[in-house]
Amino acid sequence: MLKDDPLVLPSILRDATNSDSALKKFLNGLSGVDKVGVEERVAKLGTRSIKTTAKAEGIDLSIRMIDLTTLEGMDTKGKIKSLCAKAKRPDPLDPSVPSVAAVCVYSDLVGIAKENLIGTNINVAAVATGFPSGRVSLAAKLQDTADAVSQGADEIDMVIDRGAFHEGRFLDIYDQIQAIKHTCGAAHLKVILETGELKTYDNVKKASWIAMLAGADFIKTSTGKVQPAATLPVTLVMLQAIRDFETATHRRIGMKPAGGIKTTKDAMKYLVLLKETLGDNWMNPNMFRFGASSLLNDLLMQRQKMKSGAYSGPDYVTVD
Amino acid sequence: MVFEYAPAPESTKIVNLKSNYELFIGGKFIKSKTGSNYKTINPATEEVLSEIVEASDKDVDEAVKAARKAFKSWSKLPGSERGKYLYRLARIIQERSRELAVLESMNNGKPIRESRDIDIPLVAAHFFHYAGWSDKLDYAGLGKNPQPLGVAGQIIPWNFPLLMLAWKIAPALAAGNTVVLKPAETTPLTALLFAEICQQAELPDGVVNIITGAGVTGKFLVEHPDVNKVAFTGSTEVGRLIAQTVAGTNKKVTLELGGKAANIVFDDAAMDQAVEGVINGIFFNQGHVCCAGSRLLLQESISDDFLNLLYERMKTLRLGDPLDKNTDIGAINSAAQLAKIKELTNAGKSEGAEMWSAPCEIPNKGFWFAPTVFTNVSLSHRIAREEIFGPVLSVLTFRTPDEAIEKANNTPFGLSAGIWTEKGSRILEVAHRLRAGVVWANTFNKFDPTSPFGGYKESGYGREGGRHGLEPYLKAGK
Amino acid sequence: MSNIDVKRTAKLFIGGAFPRSESGRTYEAKDKNKNFVANVALASRKDGRDAVVAARSAFAKWSEATAYNRAQVLYRVSEIMQGRREQFVEELSLWSKTKKQAENEVDEAINRMVWFAGWADKIAMVTGSNNPVAGPFFDFSIPEPTGVVAAVAPEDSALLGLVETIASIVVSGNTVIVIASESQPLPAVSLAEVIATSDVPGGVINILTGSYKEIAPWLASHQDVNALDLTGVDKKQIALELEKEAAVNLKRVLRPNTKLDGLARIKVFLETKTVWHPRGF
Repeated sequence: MLKDDPLVLPSILRDATNSDSALKKFLNGLSGVDKVGVEERVAKLGTRSIKTTAKAEGIDLSIRMIDLTTLEGMDTKGKIKSLCAKAKRPDPLDPSVPSVAAVCVYSDLVGIAKENLIGTNINVAAVATGFPSGRVSLAAKLQDTADAVSQGADEIDMVIDRGAFHEGRFLDIYDQIQAIKHTCGAAHLKVILETGELKTYDNVKKASWIAMLAGADFIKTSTGKVQPAATLPVTLVMLQAIRDFETATHRRIGMKPAGGIKTTKDAMKYLVLLKETLGDNWMNPNMFRFGASSLLNDLLMQRQKMKSGAYSGPDYVTVD
Repeated sequence: MVFEYAPAPESTKIVNLKSNYELFIGGKFIKSKTGSNYKTINPATEEVLSEIVEASDKDVDEAVKAARKAFKSWSKLPGSERGKYLYRLARIIQERSRELAVLESMNNGKPIRESRDIDIPLVAAHFFHYAGWSDKLDYAGLGKNPQPLGVAGQIIPWNFPLLMLAWKIAPALAAGNTVVLKPAETTPLTALLFAEICQQAELPDGVVNIITGAGVTGKFLVEHPDVNKVAFTGSTEVGRLIAQTVAGTNKKVTLELGGKAANIVFDDAAMDQAVEGVINGIFFNQGHVCCAGSRLLLQESISDDFLNLLYERMKTLRLGDPLDKNTDIGAINSAAQLAKIKELTNAGKSEGAEMWSAPCEIPNKGFWFAPTVFTNVSLSHRIAREEIFGPVLSVLTFRTPDEAIEKANNTPFGLSAGIWTEKGSRILEVAHRLRAGVVWANTFNKFDPTSPFGGYKESGYGREGGRHGLEPYLKAGK
Repeated sequence: MSNIDVKRTAKLFIGGAFPRSESGRTYEAKDKNKNFVANVALASRKDGRDAVVAARSAFAKWSEATAYNRAQVLYRVSEIMQGRREQFVEELSLWSKTKKQAENEVDEAINRMVWFAGWADKIAMVTGSNNPVAGPFFDFSIPEPTGVVAAVAPEDSALLGLVETIASIVVSGNTVIVIASESQPLPAVSLAEVIATSDVPGGVINILTGSYKEIAPWLASHQDVNALDLTGVDKKQIALELEKEAAVNLKRVLRPNTKLDGLARIKVFLETKTVWHPRGF
């Protein structure tokens, strides 16, 4: 698979990461992003009407793309167990419903999750590196990552250092990502930009490039712990960066919006954005994930409605 | 193909199409005894929608008489009362907006998404904005107590039928005039539905009169001796004739004519948004836009990269049934217009420009033209000079800002222009030097009732929108 | 068969809701013949304080709304006012000399609201400018709302004067706390109900019934109020003291008896921002 090849950058991009000033120059040389223009494009794409066969396909695809998530301080073995049961069989009465792509948990609960998912194809993604703030030493971040990997995590969702970003220490961010990628071993690395703290679309574009240059397998919008979390405009900017990166390197990076995606309608809008920016090659769980928890139930209710013709209700889906 | 969009048709049930329509004169729909009939069609399917009257000179005379009669009392109404009628019109348009949008798409061929999200909301907004001017004319800039002109004869084009009607009727009525309006030959239906809305609003008889017909009917209206003001939006060709016709009379005239706008993209533009702006500039409304960005002036140093992004983006344009909510590119309005587009694109090819079209499936019936880009175009090519009025973009390059401005201004037209750069001072300097009535910087094809719109040079004279849009309908008070 | 009325409770209008005064007080409103009409909420300084908080938190969104949106919202207010014409006439008649007078005032008040609604998207055109400075700069001046305005509505124009006070302030994006006529409070209460059902966001317009003599000083000295409309202050000495209090944080003050036409009144509560930008490649 394309993603597992070691990242070989064209020389112009290699030179960009030689020094802090080179990286700064490169990032400042990227074309700007006009806020009003982005938001208008997103609004127009938001009018796409997804009905009948497209909707049915979109619902099942979305389910298959979910990283079913629990990230609470009060998570317990019991909570992980019930989350995994839902991940395997989202609708107890309908075995035709596909299972989700992965569960996403805190790094110390990876082992429990793995146990509960034996015999399935569902991955375990761990948030690590001092999630969500990332305000711990690099050593602590690496240890956190190593712990998760040693427990069997298939994917690591790391956070970038937003303080470093706002201080302009772009190369430090790059170096950290590289170090964590190295610690990941065979696990895939998702790099969380925390777009809600980057604030501007220009910053999101720059951070996307730093992450991709450093070896991210996926770039991810948010931790879900900061408002706003994922938004459609931020997603569009990241998808366009991915497109440009592919043009420059022939390497395909995945994308994951996370937090605040609650309804089937929302999910369809994200799929439209994905389809019309990156096309069919990205329309699968290897290249796109939804970081979500309550989204799954809305997808299930919409799926039920499409089958029965009647609106469903919360009594007909499970609470994890 | 993953996630292919299923058809998402907007239902036409909401429209109560009549098999034939009469003329709206003096507050009533009346039969024409001297006019003839013709059929209006849906350009996407070529099916006949309705039979329409081609008004005769006698019909025109009756309409002008009705407008004159109504003028006596309408002009004497307190502005606040006139305003309340206009507010009623605005609100009813909002209430019937879906119906109007569907009918507009059926008769014009434009995608329902555009008639629903852009045309009709702007129509309501225009009436709403001008309603509020009716009782504030002292602030219009003509001194205290300015006076209306009398009867306005208004002729509008087929590209934004109801919106062009709103641009004409709203300010005229707010200022105290009464109107006789002729919608375009191929798109009469929303104007006729508007007449019904005038009845629902209890607008006094004769304040608005709608007479349908083609060029000849329009000529009768322009030439009518009791019309005080002529307002025309359409081709420069016809605008010229009108200007000649009213020469030496007391008739005030405003003209909104053709254009060949330059959309200038500099090397430091926000690339993706500039691509979007170029797309909107020429493919919005199938390029049937007088202010369309039909010439792309691309800074040479970024032209390859930009064009690659443009072509990739064009591949996601969806051409087809205007009533499908996912359609981006609708039908060309008529067989005649399609022939014109083809003539010019053939000229483009034979003059040596390179043509690329988006790979759209063309339906069997109806009039269609795939979004098309010509590169290697020079200013002396017909496709760089003449208004195509279709989804066809001509790409030229430039090296410096001075050269861009020179090329942009090198046209008898002067309606609009676009500037794409992230540098503020460059926007302002380029805008300062462009000879165009509307300059869009880092956006395109944006309209608002408060924002004056109109051209320089052969794109016409007079402005519509905002305070400037009132002036053509007023004269200084005593 | 007899059918007695359900009497309306006259409460304050703060943040889009109808609380009683936190002080628990009411006062007796009496008609022109000194007959009892209703127990009306008597606002305290704490109600005033709460109203300022509500007005401040509503300001960002209301001032950032498009002028078109504000115009439509105010027009909707006039639509709902029209629907309640009979109620307003009945209430004004308690104090007006004749019923005809009351009818005229109600009709004029509705028209006045429509008139102000139509100003929202025109103020910038008429008061703003592009300034031809002597240099290669693009220079423009635009009007902006000043912020939170505290107002004393006229005592003797219980609906029309109230509409004029409120609309001239909020049309441009300000938010307002208005103290209604003490002796004729019912139209204010009904207007509050109209506003609450008209798409006006909570906190944009706050209406306090009670005595301006008690409440106005607290609003005049409040450091988070940007302007003061003293139109309804009919005692010269009080107006003077309020203006002095307002001076501490340099509030913009509209003195009583300043006969201003509508646009001039709107302009009292506007700031002007001038922006320069160079022109050049």
